[in-house]
Amino acid sequence: MISHRAKHPRSVFLPLASTAAAALLLTACGADSDPLEDDETTQADGDTIVIGSQAYYSNEIIAEIYAQVLEDEGFEVQRDFQIGQREVYMPELESGEIDLVPDYTGNLVQYYSDEADSGSPEEVYEQVGDALPEGLQALDFAEATDQDSYTVTSETAEEHDLTTIGDLTNLGDSVSMAANSEFETRPYGPEGAQELYGVTIELTGVEDSGGPLTVGALTDGDVQVADIYTSSPAVETENLVVLEDPEYLVLPQNVVPVADEDLDEEAVEALNEVQAQLGAQDLVELNTRSVEDEAPAADVAAEWLEQQD
Amino acid sequence: MNVIQETINWLVSPQTWSADGHDMIARSLEHLQYSAIAVAFAAVLAIPAGWFMGHTRRFSGVIVGITGAARALPTLGLVTLFGLLLGIGLVPPMIALVILAIPSILASTYSGISAIDTSVLDAARAQGFTTRQLIARVHLPLGLAMIVGGLRSAFIQVMSTAILAAYVGAGGLGRFIFLGINTQHTAMLLGASVWIMVLVIVVDVLFGTIQRFATPAGVRRLNATTSAQSSAG
Repeated sequence: MISHRAKHPRSVFLPLASTAAAALLLTACGADSDPLEDDETTQADGDTIVIGSQAYYSNEIIAEIYAQVLEDEGFEVQRDFQIGQREVYMPELESGEIDLVPDYTGNLVQYYSDEADSGSPEEVYEQVGDALPEGLQALDFAEATDQDSYTVTSETAEEHDLTTIGDLTNLGDSVSMAANSEFETRPYGPEGAQELYGVTIELTGVEDSGGPLTVGALTDGDVQVADIYTSSPAVETENLVVLEDPEYLVLPQNVVPVADEDLDEEAVEALNEVQAQLGAQDLVELNTRSVEDEAPAADVAAEWLEQQD
Repeated sequence: MNVIQETINWLVSPQTWSADGHDMIARSLEHLQYSAIAVAFAAVLAIPAGWFMGHTRRFSGVIVGITGAARALPTLGLVTLFGLLLGIGLVPPMIALVILAIPSILASTYSGISAIDTSVLDAARAQGFTTRQLIARVHLPLGLAMIVGGLRSAFIQVMSTAILAAYVGAGGLGRFIFLGINTQHTAMLLGASVWIMVLVIVVDVLFGTIQRFATPAGVRRLNATTSAQSSAG
């Protein structure tokens, strides 16, 4: 009797299939679209203000703040949060199905005009006004930003006396930096840093968009600098220092409400008032409260609003 | 210009392969090297374990458990977990890839050894074979083809998954997959995927050849005879 053994236990199709599956899986993860995003928005009556938000927790908190502020003013509010990307909610805003969305100045300009000239927050805000289509208005922008940054640990900042990106030359001929690999190709990436500040960056690709792995690479000392979003809770919890960017290498992304042009004047005033209170540190704290304490957006927003009065 | 044409253009562009461009040659070597190291580590762990279980014909439940559980583990999750525990670099993806490679090698070694007919083993023992001789002259020759088969499928799985090394800053061909996704550079994404597939096929063919040679001549003849008999019967 002979032990049974298949002579060719694996076909050539198995590796093909698994590679294809892996590729498909990755493409699926990479596509930022939400398959549920095109559910019909319930049409609210004329007096109700419909507020949308991105499918991004921090953006939802801001939207919730707007909602509560407007409710306090006696407006009827409908929350259509977690809509998805700009490609989805801007058309809804343009068509009037949504009345108000919190957005970010630089990204708004880029959405409507492909290229945005970096500059001061005021200059970028001006471009927003020019870029927005008929029927939409940008309310006041807040000091709070949610943008890429050159961030270091407080120890590094103290030791080498760093306050601006240009000070990174104190670290030596070149500095190691963790960021998503596409950072290499961005205008605010290594080339821009070289041009504006004379800083040579050696990039290590860490692909979690400034998430825990990127933060870990920075705090473990694997890299000296990391691209972490300015509103990231890690800025507070890990005591990080976001380097100042006086030459505006990174396109400013100040929080700005985009609204229907016919939005009630009182509503606009109330929103502008809250925008004036939303500082850089506030947004970090709001996000920290949400991420660290897993508090729901409504509670985070309500607590913050209470503190403002 | 359609996507397929763009992908081909990307693949044949000198910029893609040159050392000051994307340096695909260095990245491919990195990728193959990571895969080989991961499979080698997994083999060192899984072949002795599989041999022991196949030889004693005990703990076969362990095989089922380990292969099932390990295959259900999401590798990206493992990479992230070990990345958070151990920091970025090559170690986290390497651990995840070793875990990915173990089940195939363990299962195939176990099958290869346990499938050897007991009468063959008894005959070897009756002739006074020590355990060492038994391993060298019976287990290894008869089980080798299956073990190589396990290495083959492990290597292929690892090669497809080694793109995750780029997730934690260790490079490899995954760099182009992530860069392609994040910059919506479809040609790069597809080009790198196609190139990984080409490498996988080359490796698979190589292993297939090794596997054929790993089957002892006597067994090949016997297999031929039995299949002739069974088709005649």
